[in-house]
Amino acid sequence: MNNQSSLWADAWRRLLANKAAVAGGIILLTLIMLAILAPWIAPHSYSYQNLDLGAQPPSPTHILGTDTLGRDLFSRILYGARVSLLVGFVATAVALVIGVSWGIIAGYFGGRVDSIMMRIVDVLYGLPFIIFIILLMVIFGRNIWLLFGAIGAVEWLTMARIVRGQVLTIKNQEYVLAAQAMGVSNVQMFRKHIFPNILGPIAVYATLTIPQVMLLEAFLSFLGLGIQPPMSSWGTLIRYGVESMEEYSWLLIYPGLTFTITLFALNFFGDGLRDALDPKISSD
Amino acid sequence: MFQVILKRIAIAIPVILIVASITFFLVRLAPGGPFDAEKVVPPQVMKNLNAVYNLDAPIFIQYADYMINLVQGDFGPSFRYPGRSVTEMIFTGLPVTLELAFYAILIAMLIGGLAGVIAAVKRNTALDFIPMTIAMIGICMPTFLLGPLLVLFFGIHLELLPVSGWDSLPGDKILPSITLGAAYAAYIARLTRGGMLETLGQDFIRTARAKGLPEHQVILRHALQGGLVPVVSFLGPAIAGLIGGSFVVETIFQIPGLGRFYVEAAFNRDYTMILGTTIFFSALIIFFNLLSDIAVLMMNPRARSDS
Repeated sequence: MNNQSSLWADAWRRLLANKAAVAGGIILLTLIMLAILAPWIAPHSYSYQNLDLGAQPPSPTHILGTDTLGRDLFSRILYGARVSLLVGFVATAVALVIGVSWGIIAGYFGGRVDSIMMRIVDVLYGLPFIIFIILLMVIFGRNIWLLFGAIGAVEWLTMARIVRGQVLTIKNQEYVLAAQAMGVSNVQMFRKHIFPNILGPIAVYATLTIPQVMLLEAFLSFLGLGIQPPMSSWGTLIRYGVESMEEYSWLLIYPGLTFTITLFALNFFGDGLRDALDPKISSD
Repeated sequence: MFQVILKRIAIAIPVILIVASITFFLVRLAPGGPFDAEKVVPPQVMKNLNAVYNLDAPIFIQYADYMINLVQGDFGPSFRYPGRSVTEMIFTGLPVTLELAFYAILIAMLIGGLAGVIAAVKRNTALDFIPMTIAMIGICMPTFLLGPLLVLFFGIHLELLPVSGWDSLPGDKILPSITLGAAYAAYIARLTRGGMLETLGQDFIRTARAKGLPEHQVILRHALQGGLVPVVSFLGPAIAGLIGGSFVVETIFQIPGLGRFYVEAAFNRDYTMILGTTIFFSALIIFFNLLSDIAVLMMNPRARSDS
């Protein structure tokens, strides 16, 4: 136990030394807090329409301006953060559960089980998933939970590969052989010996999956196949922004800026976490 | 090596057929029929429509018919545009999308490759940091944001370039190609830099330098081949991303390509069109993955002996 905590302490120290990662982490924490507190800090309602007001450029009352229906853009970006971040975390969690279970089972049991399971991953890798997500959204309606599931079901493949590789390495180490010789059950083996040792790579890859998931959601929402009104994610805000950018450029620029900064922060934080936890994992 | 290639092809064909089957049944799962339009249609008309499109046959007969036609390259009629076949629509849109994708890849290879090589050769100088920072921005900036921003700046503010259409105004291909290619230029720059750095550190490069070859020859004739391996293996999977990107770019710039047809079909619930394009895209992506695997095998003797 002592050894483990010092590993994490080491990683923590390395992470703090990485300025880009720390900046990314701070931006993320701020965004998460803002998203959680949105109902209390949003200066206006995100759905209240004031058609008389219409689209107004940024002003002291509406710091980022209003959209064509007179809705406060800053409040809409705050509420959009809730949807976008929720998609990011939930869909990543789905991908995590599938990918980690798949990878552990394939890596631990090895042999034919492994080769069949990894062959399936190889085949799925070659498929145009973006098209299948669109297909699912069209067939089953534009439901936010389905969106979580569909995105998660796509993003687990790399996770399965990483976890399998780690498990294969750990499985052949002497302490695992010793535990096996002592008759430790499979469940205990996962829980005590294998899982704690693959936690690092899982945490790293999960952090790097979140931006990909958010991009996918924004992509779908941009095409009008993702989040539906009156709910709005950053993707839908960008979509509206594009529709009216000729006259009201702020409607595109502020949501776009928020989204890009968030992706930046997530990528820097993920890269930093990777370098801190295991310098050996390759960057692509 | 031929055995490896044959094995890959032998796997690819059943995969395409399985994808086609899954897609077929998925589309049939959809609630409501293809003719549930806004206006109510009399039952007799509905029955006739179903008979014309063979929708009254048992599902497995429909499936068998569809697959038999599919193998012959016939994707069936479009439900939304009577009288037009899905095959016909695919081959109207495909040349446009392929041309767009070609320019995008060309831009990505030229800019990304050049930036990557320079960054690797001039490692840890401004010529390394600046392009790599831009590449990071390029990766983080999604296509659906970059496109509109380029339109806003070059099209609307500077009024330099047309902002929509394809082949109708001079220069209207520039912005869409850049938009689609930008993210790939960024990835290729990073991959080239990584690959070049690894290759430049190897013994045969030292030998080449020791022989007294000028530096540009060392890079062009010796290092580049090894350095580009990661790029080539990236290109296959990149095609999948390019198709996704073409949905966005063709929507933004109103280009009559396959991507826009697909998004329109998704909105119109044109099930046969969705089914056909999904199968077609899958086959295309599987084909390009195969091609890039083969190219990597040919370029890298080590990968050859491994498999």
